[in-house]
Amino acid sequence: MQESDLYKNKSNIEQPGSLKVPPLEGFREAIRQILDSVTDPEIPVLTIADLGIIRDIKINDDRIEVIITPTYNGCPAMDMISMNIKMALLEQGYKNVKVTSVLSPAWTTDWMTEDGKRKLKEYGIAAPDKKFSIPKDGVECPQCHSANTRLISEFGSTACKALYQCNDCKEPFDYFKCH
Amino acid sequence: MYNPDQILSNNSGSKVPPLEGFREAYILHLADTTLILSQRNSEWCGHGPVLEQDIAITNISLDLLGQSRNFYQYAAQLINDSNRVGGEVTEDKLAYLRKEREFKNLLLVEQQNGDWGQTILRQYLFSQYQYLLFEKLQQSSDEQLAAIAAKSLKETKYHVRWSSEWVIRLGDGTEESHSRMQQAITELWPYTGEMFEPADYEIAFGIDLLSIKNSWDEKVKNIFDEAMLPIPPLGGGGAVFMQSGGKEGRHTEQLGYIITELQYMQRTYPDSEW
Repeated sequence: MQESDLYKNKSNIEQPGSLKVPPLEGFREAIRQILDSVTDPEIPVLTIADLGIIRDIKINDDRIEVIITPTYNGCPAMDMISMNIKMALLEQGYKNVKVTSVLSPAWTTDWMTEDGKRKLKEYGIAAPDKKFSIPKDGVECPQCHSANTRLISEFGSTACKALYQCNDCKEPFDYFKCH
Repeated sequence: MYNPDQILSNNSGSKVPPLEGFREAYILHLADTTLILSQRNSEWCGHGPVLEQDIAITNISLDLLGQSRNFYQYAAQLINDSNRVGGEVTEDKLAYLRKEREFKNLLLVEQQNGDWGQTILRQYLFSQYQYLLFEKLQQSSDEQLAAIAAKSLKETKYHVRWSSEWVIRLGDGTEESHSRMQQAITELWPYTGEMFEPADYEIAFGIDLLSIKNSWDEKVKNIFDEAMLPIPPLGGGGAVFMQSGGKEGRHTEQLGYIITELQYMQRTYPDSEW
């Protein structure tokens, strides 16, 4: 996040006369930009916006409620993300913050952004792919891009990933499962 | 008539008013069942037959723990809203401070891990049941219960696939693996009947276990057929005697040991936090 952008937005709120957007929208956008600095502790290249887990931002006077949805029920990263959201907003002077988790509708990898999928691949994790909604051999290797790969286990280093190995470059890799 | 338990009575030492209506009791049953199976599976952590399967069973354990937290949080909210207890009930108190007789989990999930085959079979028999049950519960008029079920179903689908593949692999494997799976069936089958025997709170909640049973019977038979494993006889002289009682807090000797380990820290250092 560019610091100058943030301040631009903040000053917009303080000077409603200069706004092109309704003040509340500007405020919400400023919060959204701060949240862009919050990343998944397990996959640090992904922001929580990339993951698609920000459901809503509610603003009531100086009270901010960030509504998120968990990826997997037992994902230990969720508590961490919750805390990091509060910390990020606190650093920018927003003290009255509540993070609420809602389950319905259930999170799906369809909500992951295209940009997020690109960043995943660059990081060395194969992105969710509808053709492999049930994991099987053939997920494209994020290292050498071969499709000659094999599924080792449907369960990987975290709940959201499956374990693969490339038959060509021999590198093992993670696949972010469709969910 | 359902006789409500007196949870947390160990804290106050005095008599406390009944805590639960049938809804709270049912949610606690779901919470306890997922917690205890999670705890059992977690015993495999670092001991799996190969690294990938060690990771798989502990991943399932984590999913189940997440599900149980959702159920406990919801149960705590219902109990707090009902104003039947002084002081706040939390998910942690429900998991760490209730006694053995207050746990309503299925007997099946508290059974020992045994060998890998027995753990796999326990997981399959339960996951297949949970999948069919949660398919129903996601339609529930209780919105929070429906949300938890819909969310969990995505994970359960994986558990069913993974465990059923292992049942087939071991059942239709070597002579040794086949005979061990037969042994596992002998050990665990008597605890399958309870899943479909409704407790008072399930009847009050309107859970139709009979329709689930028919689908479960069919699906389990298909997997067992493929695994070359026999289904124990359902009726007649050779029928297996089915154990029950877990849903009402009457457990096998296994649960006490699990709870001793699970609750040790909180009982020894009350209110300690990570």
